[in-house]
Amino acid sequence: MSNKMLEDLGAHIENSFPDGVDVSIAFDEVSVEVLSSRYLEVARFLRDDSQCAFDQLSDLCGVDYLTYGLDEWDTDGSSFTRGVKRTFSFETDEESLGSNVDFDGKRFAVVSHLLSVKKNQRIRLKVFCEDNEFPVLDSITHIWNSANWYEREAFDLYGVMFNGHPDLRRILTDYGFIGHPFRKDFPLIGQLEMRYDDEQKRVVYEPVSIEPRILVPRIIRESRHAPVSSGED
Amino acid sequence: MPEIRNFTLNFGPAHPAAHGVLRLILEMDGEVIQRADPHVGLLHRGTEKLAESKPYNQSIGYMDRLDYVSMMCNEHGYVLAIEKMLGIEAPIRAQYIRTMFDEITRILNHLLWIGAHALDVGAMTMFLYAFREREDLMDVYEAVSGARLHATYYRPGGVYRDIPDSMPLHEPSRWTSEADVRRLNANRMGSVLDFIDDFTQRFPAHVDEYETLLTDNRIWKQRLVDIGIVSPERALQLGLTGAMLRGSGVEWDLRKKQPYAMYDQVEFDVPVGKNGDSYDRYLVRMEEMRQSNRIIKQCVDWLRSNPGPVMHEDHKITPPQREEMKGDMESLIHHFKLATEGYCLPEGEAYAAVEHPKGEFACYIVSDGANKPYRLKVRAPGFAHMSAMDELTKGHMLADVVTVIGTMDIVFGEVDR
Repeated sequence: MSNKMLEDLGAHIENSFPDGVDVSIAFDEVSVEVLSSRYLEVARFLRDDSQCAFDQLSDLCGVDYLTYGLDEWDTDGSSFTRGVKRTFSFETDEESLGSNVDFDGKRFAVVSHLLSVKKNQRIRLKVFCEDNEFPVLDSITHIWNSANWYEREAFDLYGVMFNGHPDLRRILTDYGFIGHPFRKDFPLIGQLEMRYDDEQKRVVYEPVSIEPRILVPRIIRESRHAPVSSGED
Repeated sequence: MPEIRNFTLNFGPAHPAAHGVLRLILEMDGEVIQRADPHVGLLHRGTEKLAESKPYNQSIGYMDRLDYVSMMCNEHGYVLAIEKMLGIEAPIRAQYIRTMFDEITRILNHLLWIGAHALDVGAMTMFLYAFREREDLMDVYEAVSGARLHATYYRPGGVYRDIPDSMPLHEPSRWTSEADVRRLNANRMGSVLDFIDDFTQRFPAHVDEYETLLTDNRIWKQRLVDIGIVSPERALQLGLTGAMLRGSGVEWDLRKKQPYAMYDQVEFDVPVGKNGDSYDRYLVRMEEMRQSNRIIKQCVDWLRSNPGPVMHEDHKITPPQREEMKGDMESLIHHFKLATEGYCLPEGEAYAAVEHPKGEFACYIVSDGANKPYRLKVRAPGFAHMSAMDELTKGHMLADVVTVIGTMDIVFGEVDR
């Protein structure tokens, strides 16, 4: 798609919704950010409007913005010591998390990618949940049926609830799993490990016995270089 | 009057026709399916969460392991998303190599699909034939990357290395005699490109063989025709892509509509079905194999006459040559930084999709400017296909479940991620 077409599409959506909708264009993609109260309205518009005509929902996923922009290795200091202090803790209980992260924004977002087969265009629809403790959104399953499993996945992995979803169950994690594993405060190594206990003659669950470790620290470079132009063509 | 009610049947999770670990809860009325509830996630490995803890390049190998029968196409989706955010493009020769290997991968995938699908439906022989050709293509994988399955061959900025000049040869052993080795090595004496070229010469005849076995086969048609019909409107609503969508008559192929790599430079046709049943999807995939063969041939011809770099020259992103590293301080630093820290992507988010053998495979990356993705979402075609299971099997017989699983070309590595 040419830039002109992207801008036209963005302007068309912006004109149709004077408030509550934020349109941006980056990396040749149009993103629409909406308030959760207008989510259904905008989604329906994107499907039914003749200039949008997004007839397929390609993808829907949750994002947890809890640690956005935090790095594990401060690069502002002048010395290059390896003895760095972690700026983020892997402790998972809520008190230690609260002391490490001053997070006061909206934490959970649900991002969908729409495709229009008719007009050959794509768009990103992004909506933040108002409440961080109990994230709820309206379900768009009745607008695009393929959202059904994607919303189940977002619920399973991030704990986002969807109002009006026909069958909101866990999908990827094990039967009886506790927690939402893709949240940023859920440790990568998990919380439970299981083994067969020879005495009890059954599988037992125990807290994990291994330590979390970082192999390559997460670094945000301020002076990101601008790439040189493409190789040879 | 006896009380008649539906009963529930548990299918899987280790059923041979479930193509991996799928547990289906089927609500049956006699032998007719009323409701199918697939339980997936038995192969969930948290690939996306793992990727959040690793520099970008270290996750390429995980992409291979998503859909483990179309490895390089997965890599392509991931690599494209990174390149999109970095604002770089691979050199033209690398793009041709990628196009060629995407199509080799498509044939690999479709061969496994036809073998397994036919086996499920009752045609054992297809499996053996399909694996004969897969073997050759796997050798090509091995020749360029050193691995037969999980290649990690595509890199942001190009491909790991140029296509080698020689094809690895068989050696005599206790089990293979000198004469056998001579026969096996007959088409391996030249370069890898010669070997691929030789493959493209004989492959169409092999597809004819498969079609002779299946296309007009009475049993095959009885099992496939009118099974799992999807209308074009429903196919779009359900998020079906690839052959599942084209089988229903929607002419939608990302290689044509939103071209990436060199797909706008090669000639090929997009087959489209009419009835949207399993048999049409079978025909579409068979024709796709012939078209892939055509694309491979064109790429081989181009690659033969156009040498050039296969990796982007910006060493902030791609590692320098090993020889340079030994003598040049700057190259050594570049290599050290890439190996220990990787590169940072600019802040923002991008979605890059490729036409994977199974449908639309895409990677959605959210970056906060760090050397690791803040969030990586893999849009796997199989996940959407699996969610349509209920609708596709409703009203069919129990035995048709196997046909529907086969026609959806399910691989659990990508469904469960």
